[in-house]
Amino acid sequence: MAELYHRILKWLDERFGAGAVEDFLRHKTVPLHRYTIWYYFGGMTLFLFVIQVLTGILLLLYYRPTANDAFESVQYIVTQVRFGWLIRSVHSWSANLMVFTAFVHMFSVYFLKAYRKPRELTWISGMLLLFIVLGFGFSGYLLPWNTLAFFATKVGTDMAGFVPIVGKWILVFLRGGPEVTGATLTRFFGFHVAVLPGLATLLLAMHLLLVQQLGMSVPPSVERSIAEGRAQPRSMPFFPNFLLRDIIGWYVALGTLGALAAIFPWELGTKADAFAPAPAGIHPEWYFLFMFQTLKYLPAKIGFIDSELLGLMAFGLAGLVWLVVPFLDYKAGFGRVTRFFTGLGVFALGYMVVMSALALR
Amino acid sequence: MDPADRGQPEGAQPSRRWISLLLGSGVLASIASFLYPAIRYIIPPPLAESSSRSVVAAKVGDLKNNSGVVFKFGSEPGILVRLADGQYRAFTAVCTHLSCTVQYRADLREIWCPCHNGLYDLAGRNVSGPPPRPLQAYEVHIQGEDIVVSRSA
Repeated sequence: MAELYHRILKWLDERFGAGAVEDFLRHKTVPLHRYTIWYYFGGMTLFLFVIQVLTGILLLLYYRPTANDAFESVQYIVTQVRFGWLIRSVHSWSANLMVFTAFVHMFSVYFLKAYRKPRELTWISGMLLLFIVLGFGFSGYLLPWNTLAFFATKVGTDMAGFVPIVGKWILVFLRGGPEVTGATLTRFFGFHVAVLPGLATLLLAMHLLLVQQLGMSVPPSVERSIAEGRAQPRSMPFFPNFLLRDIIGWYVALGTLGALAAIFPWELGTKADAFAPAPAGIHPEWYFLFMFQTLKYLPAKIGFIDSELLGLMAFGLAGLVWLVVPFLDYKAGFGRVTRFFTGLGVFALGYMVVMSALALR
Repeated sequence: MDPADRGQPEGAQPSRRWISLLLGSGVLASIASFLYPAIRYIIPPPLAESSSRSVVAAKVGDLKNNSGVVFKFGSEPGILVRLADGQYRAFTAVCTHLSCTVQYRADLREIWCPCHNGLYDLAGRNVSGPPPRPLQAYEVHIQGEDIVVSRSA
């Protein structure tokens, strides 16, 4: 058996240098310090993404992306197809957990200043991936064509219409017309299963390549104590030590997903009706709640401007600042921790948590 | 750099520039000719605007006093409200805030948008919450058994 394994490895090595992969695995290490736990969230997000791809492909076998059929086809999946309820619930739960772990990953990278030089591009590719994940969430939410999703999409795409100059164009592009109709559903389906997966694969490859190229970032405080001789640099091999720990985490995630899907199966709701009033208690997915709640608090007009435009501009600006934070906080590249940026992170996290909590009240 | 240094005859430089310009603009023009149809394809053709200026929203007797119903008016929803005194009022049901569909709240005697808690009074005026403008009002006529709603010209 071992003989066969070595012969296969030798055969591959002669063709593309498989030894390099083995070498790479042997030499890659992960720094060990009191923040090592945060290194696991990127891998966890990746694992949940793989779950999304696999369950998504399974859902594609029965799902039909038209206004007449979509709701019924999901109903068919969860009531008739064997284990359809499980596949669909795992897809929904895993999507939510993935958004959650992506946010945890993002905030841990932010607070540990892992975005500092030379990892600016890793941060930017990660942020773009986060935007894509939110796009997956927004487009996927509509696909069952139920009432909640219908109105959430109406509101979400209506907001795009407030963008100056190109807003109306974006709105029509997203909806496939001036209103949310079956054309919107077909478009969102295309975004969800073709456009976004393509972009995500490209960005993910870039993100992982950069992570491999640059290695794991060591937080400034740990770096300092090593430089001052107060601590010894410690590390563990990536393969198999770190990967095995990763796998334990993934195994726990799988168990959690199965349990959540079985105990709290994802609801389907009622079929969307364009000529029914919006139901009371309507709200978007939890990760958009902080924006939703902000919109509720804004008055009709602030000064001369529609407050929607102002709110949209504020969130757009905040997103932009967050995207380019490695360049604003360039001092972190010299190991200097600027209070302002840590404070900004605390404020952003606090704002999101408090606003979401108020929305759920 | 002096063209002579590269062993090229005098005057070769302008023609080289011309060739670059022609090739460059040719490539740009071909890219534009690929992109233009693609961009036009992305924008859907406009829907035929519903020509009907009026619609039968409900039958007389369908609505109790102090209640409302959402009806289909062309490609948009409208709302028909029967006031406590039996009068009818009709408006577009598209909230002026973010286009959710509004509903009648009998307890408040106002028109309510559940999406962001916007309120309109029974004249369609935005009275609280985020809506920036009043709801557009429609005319209501009773023709026999039909309650006919029409856009004012």
